Amino acid sequence: MKTTYMNPYLAGFLLGLVLLATIVITGRGLGASGALKSAVVATVSGIAPQHAHESKFYSENLKSLHDNPLKAWLVFEVLGVIIGGFFSGIVSDRLTFTTERGPRITNSMRLGFALIGGLLFGMGAQFARGCTSGAALSGMAVLSTGGIITMMAIFGTGYAVAYFFRRLWI
Amino acid sequence: MFPLVPNLISEELNLIVALLIGIAFGFVLEQAGFSSSKKLAGVFYGYDFTVLRVFFTAGVTAMSGIIILGYLGWLDTDFIYINPTYLEAAILGGVIMGFGFIIGGYCPGTSIAGMAIGKIDAMFFVGGGLIGVFLYAEMYPLFEGITNASFLGNIRIFNSIGISQGLFGFLLIAMAVGAFVMTTMIEKKVDPEGPAKTFNALYHRLAGIGILAVGVALLFMPDYKERLFTEISNPEFLQTHSVKEMTADELTFRMIDRDPKIAVIDLRPAQEYSVMPLPGSTNIETKQIFQKEFSEVLGNRHKKKIFVANTETEARTAALIAQRLGYENISILCNGLPNLIHSIIELKPDAGQCTFNTAGTGNGQVKSLRIDERQIKDTERFRVKASVSLALMMKEAKNSGAKSTKLVKKIAGGC
Repeated sequence: MKTTYMNPYLAGFLLGLVLLATIVITGRGLGASGALKSAVVATVSGIAPQHAHESKFYSENLKSLHDNPLKAWLVFEVLGVIIGGFFSGIVSDRLTFTTERGPRITNSMRLGFALIGGLLFGMGAQFARGCTSGAALSGMAVLSTGGIITMMAIFGTGYAVAYFFRRLWI
Repeated sequence: MFPLVPNLISEELNLIVALLIGIAFGFVLEQAGFSSSKKLAGVFYGYDFTVLRVFFTAGVTAMSGIIILGYLGWLDTDFIYINPTYLEAAILGGVIMGFGFIIGGYCPGTSIAGMAIGKIDAMFFVGGGLIGVFLYAEMYPLFEGITNASFLGNIRIFNSIGISQGLFGFLLIAMAVGAFVMTTMIEKKVDPEGPAKTFNALYHRLAGIGILAVGVALLFMPDYKERLFTEISNPEFLQTHSVKEMTADELTFRMIDRDPKIAVIDLRPAQEYSVMPLPGSTNIETKQIFQKEFSEVLGNRHKKKIFVANTETEARTAALIAQRLGYENISILCNGLPNLIHSIIELKPDAGQCTFNTAGTGNGQVKSLRIDERQIKDTERFRVKASVSLALMMKEAKNSGAKSTKLVKKIAGGC
């Protein structure tokens, strides 16, 4: 397994160009958590339509999913991310089933924490109306006050609590 | 002008664009090493600052691109989606995501890239993300209040802190370069074998200087529209660039005559316009002149566009902007709309002759440089008749809901 990654500044520049192209073509930035939301909304309304109908969150999001095909945009974009990531994995020979973890925890602990982290991210992104891609990165590119506040809150919190979670990583 | 989507790209094509953009996004994320949680978490422990490097570089690249394209007038920055600011929710969400990042080692975008190459922890993270959204949705009544509290609008950071866009852009780039230098020093101390070891110092210094130079250039790049407004409100510019004028009488005559060769462009705010529209007019506010969907009306060469506003200066500014954008055959209503209402509908004496009477309309009846008695009589007789018909036509226009061609398409966002 090769682990040579692209120079981060070059990768950042390319990522910036992808983001810029997205904004120039579509008028809006990149995203990721929005696709998770669409998936949840679609699943719940498929399994329990009555429940979805009665809940304000689902009915509002269903309506906007229906009225506004741009919400489906993120689903297609995320499908693209899977394809693009997979392709990059082939090119750089990094396709393997592995679990990455710090040296002091077990694999199953790592998976548990990944699940909890994902859960927190999924919830937090609903409050902030976007995650690291949609709120922080895209928000920074368009100089949105809210996006930049969210970005500072994400990384600020990360640094503030890193010490307490060091066992997970180092 | 970009962006393309609301008007130029169909929804189906847009989804294909989404897929292609996603592929590029995923490829770059994976190539950068964002598919590895250990690498991502490194930013918080000093052994690997890849996240900061990629993230900051991408942010300033896109930001610089937006400012530069806005300066050149290629990108209409009023049309791009600016993430709305809900103060409490932005902070609370960010804090929760900060915990999520350090505990889970991924963020949603990177976890999807990790999942794509078989990272099992990334798959668990994505699963957790879905559960998180589900929990939020189920507990929404509990969270609704704080999620929607303190809505401050789609505000932009440079306005919030009261500096120009260019200055903020420069400061952000300076901060980024400063952070790159500092974190590289830290990384070399924490982990001498870290990624910074392989960097070519010369290239990185050159790139640093290059991006700082871009930052300095941003200081001198106001947004195209802002630049145009500044240029046009300069008194010297106003003196050297005249706009043809049309008197209230001539405009009234032509409107009553339903002259197919004129198009009245009403620049007033939409609410004001809907209360009292002129017959056959189109409502375009000055800042909307840039919008593509009005190019059909404004670009019609066979019609004389008459810009009408509450003041003549307003109409002149708008007309000069339109001329600068390449639209031709434009006149403005002299002395403003209130004078037309005053002199025609209310039959009071008008504000006198136009300041720049360069209309050259060839219509003797209204070209009143030398006013003799007979002409005054004619004008009076005309106004008496016109006051009735114009008032009637305006009522009709109002009742028919005066097709205000307001833009309904607005780019929707949301992560």
